[in-house]
Amino acid sequence: MHIGWAGIMDVTLEHVIAAIVTTRRDRAGGGAPIFFADDEEDLHRMAVYLARILDGVVHDLGGGTFIVVKH
Amino acid sequence: MSEGHFLRIAAAVAVGTFARLIMLRSDYRQYPSYPHAYVVHLGLGFIAASLGALAVPAIVTRNFMAASILALAGQQFREVRDMERRSLEKLEDTELVPRGTAYIEGIARVFEARNYLAMAAALATSLVSYALPLPRGMAVAAGAACGLFTAAVIRGVFGRRVVGDIAVVREGRIRFDGPLLSVDGIVLANIGLAEARSIIETQGIGVVVEPKNDNARATLANVGQRQAIVHDAASIMGVRVDVSERDFTPLMRLDITTGRAGMVIVPMERDIEALLEVVRRVPVIETSVRKPLATRAGRIAAD
Repeated sequence: MHIGWAGIMDVTLEHVIAAIVTTRRDRAGGGAPIFFADDEEDLHRMAVYLARILDGVVHDLGGGTFIVVKH
Repeated sequence: MSEGHFLRIAAAVAVGTFARLIMLRSDYRQYPSYPHAYVVHLGLGFIAASLGALAVPAIVTRNFMAASILALAGQQFREVRDMERRSLEKLEDTELVPRGTAYIEGIARVFEARNYLAMAAALATSLVSYALPLPRGMAVAAGAACGLFTAAVIRGVFGRRVVGDIAVVREGRIRFDGPLLSVDGIVLANIGLAEARSIIETQGIGVVVEPKNDNARATLANVGQRQAIVHDAASIMGVRVDVSERDFTPLMRLDITTGRAGMVIVPMERDIEALLEVVRRVPVIETSVRKPLATRAGRIAAD
């Protein structure tokens, strides 16, 4: 319970990347599920859907990459 | 029991319970917000007042055993803090914008303390009504007056300080630098979605809390204090957040160079003055209070 609470308070520290959405295959890799989007519109739509499904928040890393983070 | 004792004890219990009643505030911040909680706290206040009222007659009638047992019974009120803490902590998961442990601890302590204060008011009443060499009726009246005076003094002295006392609260300007949300230059978060950004820009309110001195700065830096501000703002003004809609979770962050704190909230009711007033009236949490200026080094550093 305390972890959940701290997660909301420390958005920049306690987050977990639940998913990565990107239009550029060379820009993402590693532990979180990665979803490749066809274009900006697709990217945006997938990010919104994933945020809804995962109860997360969408953050923009720039360069066509979004991450969905659970706080 | 003679009528003399009865009258004095009854007056003391009444004054003590009344003292608890006037300390039982209930706006959205204070937690007893439904009738059952009132009953619980008034009931405990009545018991506390009885303990305070009975102590003096127990000694006057040389019933020292009873006096000792009363002193022991007073210890039971430590349970009150635990009870409050446990129940608020259990509810924390159901809050969209949690109170935070510091706020809960503060509320729990206040509840415990208020019972002791009710006890003190009752004790003052019975002490005076037994000690004054006056006819019974007048002694009881003087005791009740003294008890009420005690209650009033207690209420004044223990009145909690609020954020408005230690800081200037004003509106701040919301800006986006790419996805980075900031209020008066204090960066709060990275908002990825363009729709979310435009809603924050049009519907959101930025608030800046500027500490008045170094003590206030240290208090505001406490994460629990800021969470309490965010919680109160969200619970009174409403907030556009649900379990799967976290984009507008209100945040409060520090400007680490100056100690100012910035908050952005997307309220249900977009009333800037009301929001500023809410923030000003958030209690300063006891456990968050820091007093660097009370130390020599702190004063030197503040120059």
